[in-house]
Amino acid sequence: MKNCEYQQINPQALSTSSPNPTLPPRPAVVEEKEERARRKWEVFPGKNRFYCNGRFIVAQQSGVLPLTLGLILVTTVLFFVFDCPFLVKHLTVFIPAIGGVLFVFAVISLLQTSFTDPGILPRATTDEAADIEKQIDNSGSSTYRAPPRTKEVMINQQVVKLKYCFTCKMFRPPRTSHCSLCDNCVERFDHHCPWVGNCVGKRNYRFFYTFIVSLSFLTAFIFGCVATHLALSAQGGRGLIFALQESPLVICFFSVWSILGLSGFHTYLVASNLTTNEDIKGSWSGKSGAEDTGNPYSYNNIITNCCSILCGPMPPSLIDRRGFVPVEESSQTVAMEMELPMLAAKKEINVVGGPTPSQLPPSRALQVPSSPLPATPNPPQPDWQTPV
Amino acid sequence: MATEFHNLQELRHSASLANKVFLQRDYSEGTTCRFQTKFPSELESRIERTLFEDTVKTLNNYYAEAEKMGGQSYLEGCLACATAYLIFLCMETRYEKVLKKIGRYIQEQNEKIYAPRGLLITDPIERGMRVIEISIYEDRGSSGSCSGSSSTSGSSAR
Repeated sequence: MKNCEYQQINPQALSTSSPNPTLPPRPAVVEEKEERARRKWEVFPGKNRFYCNGRFIVAQQSGVLPLTLGLILVTTVLFFVFDCPFLVKHLTVFIPAIGGVLFVFAVISLLQTSFTDPGILPRATTDEAADIEKQIDNSGSSTYRAPPRTKEVMINQQVVKLKYCFTCKMFRPPRTSHCSLCDNCVERFDHHCPWVGNCVGKRNYRFFYTFIVSLSFLTAFIFGCVATHLALSAQGGRGLIFALQESPLVICFFSVWSILGLSGFHTYLVASNLTTNEDIKGSWSGKSGAEDTGNPYSYNNIITNCCSILCGPMPPSLIDRRGFVPVEESSQTVAMEMELPMLAAKKEINVVGGPTPSQLPPSRALQVPSSPLPATPNPPQPDWQTPV
Repeated sequence: MATEFHNLQELRHSASLANKVFLQRDYSEGTTCRFQTKFPSELESRIERTLFEDTVKTLNNYYAEAEKMGGQSYLEGCLACATAYLIFLCMETRYEKVLKKIGRYIQEQNEKIYAPRGLLITDPIERGMRVIEISIYEDRGSSGSCSGSSSTSGSSAR
């Protein structure tokens, strides 16, 4: 990634430019725009990390993504080095071709799953949150009792409860869940996958599915080829070289069952338009009694379900990572609790030795949650056009 | 989106943000993007009901068009799958094209209908497709901070 660059925020310029830390300077806005303009990924409140100036997003902990990539790479390389020459000679030249295609598919879809925004919902602005609070208070009891805050809606003639998310300050849309690892609400939340190092949600589920299907084909293919090689060559042997040659076989043998199982499970989920989250919780299995609790989102047709999930229109990213944070004129005291997680997130982002976020004046930190309209003329168009 | 401010800039000097109304999503037909067409009481004195409902219905139609699953979207999806989804890096999806149309429509509505009445519609994409935010401006420049905060009146006076 040669064109990766980090936006270095210079807190000295920020802190010295305004004598009053609660109000950013109005007249000096123009000339400071160039050095103060920050992109929205830099002030993103969730626990995510961003690369290439906001083009790629991953979870805070990359989990075992390097291990996943390493395993796939090592196994495939060993396969190409040790087994392909023999098999090309004795069987067909298509073997490395098929292996190559499957490998490319698997790796590309893995990277896309890892680096794509899974469908993160931006947190509610202060005005929105206040409006929702007002509605809850109007309809709720007079004593303030921290109620569970659910709202019921009818979806396809079925009652669905929407929960209120205290972190994001909004009622979660249906099928949305808050991932505690990433500290974000994710639409159509499936699960947080440590192998991939990211949540799997509405926007990257198809990549994830392609990844596990192509990976299961790849492991099964490599397993078959290496077994064939062993059988055909009838060559025994001991020692390191032999162990190295047959290691793809061992790796594939142990992984093919779990990956095939996972593919089968997700194929079932796709066909019935369920998420892992819903399946585990048994939301629609009718365990809560005799009431009719079918899945209200299913089209009751396997083909339609599959097509809608895998071939449906690709929704845009809602978090506008590369847009610019507008400079605000009034910094009213937004919720203080947003400051800490945001500072923690910024610590993650500025990991390359930039200035520590604790030097930032509080007012900049507090402006984040009220994500307003981008008033800057700089980006001519909103950034949700950028793919990924 | 910046041009919305320029249109309201003349208003800005004499207007201040008084209130914001939020139109929530309508989930009665599933998770597809639809907004409630209920006419908020705060707008009763500001705009005719028919105009407002037209705007929201047109927006709902646009979103339905973006999320419609038909021949074209399946073709796009299958082609994307066949290329390991790499075409998303070079091609603008149909959804994004419709979102641009929506942006232009909202801008046009703001210029023609809402700004003269002291209202401003915020594109739902700016709010995570959760709400349609309608800002109400008072004609008098007084009434200080009000719900203050952000932004919509922000920063344009440079």
